[in-house]
Amino acid sequence: MIALEFPPINAILRWQDVAPSFNKIAIVAVLATIIGCTIFTLAARADARRAPRGARNLAETSVEFIENGVIMQTMGRDGLGWTPFLLTLFLFIYLCNVPGIIPFFQMPATARMAIPAALALMVWVVYNGAGIKHQGFGGYFKSVLFPPGVPKALYVLVTPIEFISAIIVRPFSLAVRLFANMLAGHILLVTFALLSESLFQAKDKILIPFGVLPMFMLIFLTGFEVLVAFLQAYIFTILTAVYIGGAVHPEH
Amino acid sequence: MEALAKIVAKATEVAVDPAAAKNEAAAASAGYAYGLAAIGPGIGIGYLVGKAVEAMARQPEAAGMVRTTMFLGIAFTEALALIGFVVFILLKFA
Repeated sequence: MIALEFPPINAILRWQDVAPSFNKIAIVAVLATIIGCTIFTLAARADARRAPRGARNLAETSVEFIENGVIMQTMGRDGLGWTPFLLTLFLFIYLCNVPGIIPFFQMPATARMAIPAALALMVWVVYNGAGIKHQGFGGYFKSVLFPPGVPKALYVLVTPIEFISAIIVRPFSLAVRLFANMLAGHILLVTFALLSESLFQAKDKILIPFGVLPMFMLIFLTGFEVLVAFLQAYIFTILTAVYIGGAVHPEH
Repeated sequence: MEALAKIVAKATEVAVDPAAAKNEAAAASAGYAYGLAAIGPGIGIGYLVGKAVEAMARQPEAAGMVRTTMFLGIAFTEALALIGFVVFILLKFA
């Protein structure tokens, strides 16, 4: 039959260093930062009195999307001050995800744990900091650990659960969700690419036409990854908005 | 002497390298880890999206709010399946 050798995980996730400790993932992350900054610098320079075109059009659409699609749905009007933070977060994650399907990059920078973990830690610091700033240290932890409306005896059970879910599990699941989704997509693409390659090069001539089937699957999954790249950036942003909203305005 | 050699041959034949056995067990359980972790979230997400579509069809004007909440719910439900996937990766490759 065919010799299908799946490469070891390091071969598809660890790339050759371009410079000392600077590999393809670092290039993708740096490029994402540069492209994001360039779009918004160009947009800020454009003439605001004319109808928006090009970079300004893109920038205005994304700001509007964050304001109407994320903040107004979760935090309401008070949260509009968080637009710059959430917009930066969304744009950076999206631009890190999209290279997973761009030829020659073919690697989402968020498919390594480092970037999602750093982003989730930052979000953790931000929402806890916002909660402490708005309610005071005691007030914030009181509203997190002792949610109102619970019978006093149940606090023995509720407080540890709330502590684990709000302080430990939230950043962990935020990071793992983004990382695992992008990694799963990447491995799926690698699998189907390898399968069609080994079928096209099979010694048995009768197998060669079947290489078209994983090829179609590869094309379909690439289209699917376009959706996943956007959806994961959106979900990360909207969960951040929910956490910040919950920390700033506790339910009474 | 011949009998001793036979016994030694038998012993070396039966002895299994513990690292290899562990790898084998990990590779076999990796599939179970992902498959079992996918059952619950699969049912959950199907139910969740079905109910959200029902709500949107009944009240199209509330579609935006329902959609946001639906994505939030999917994100929380999906996390379980993804942890299963991470365990799969750890068992298979780590």
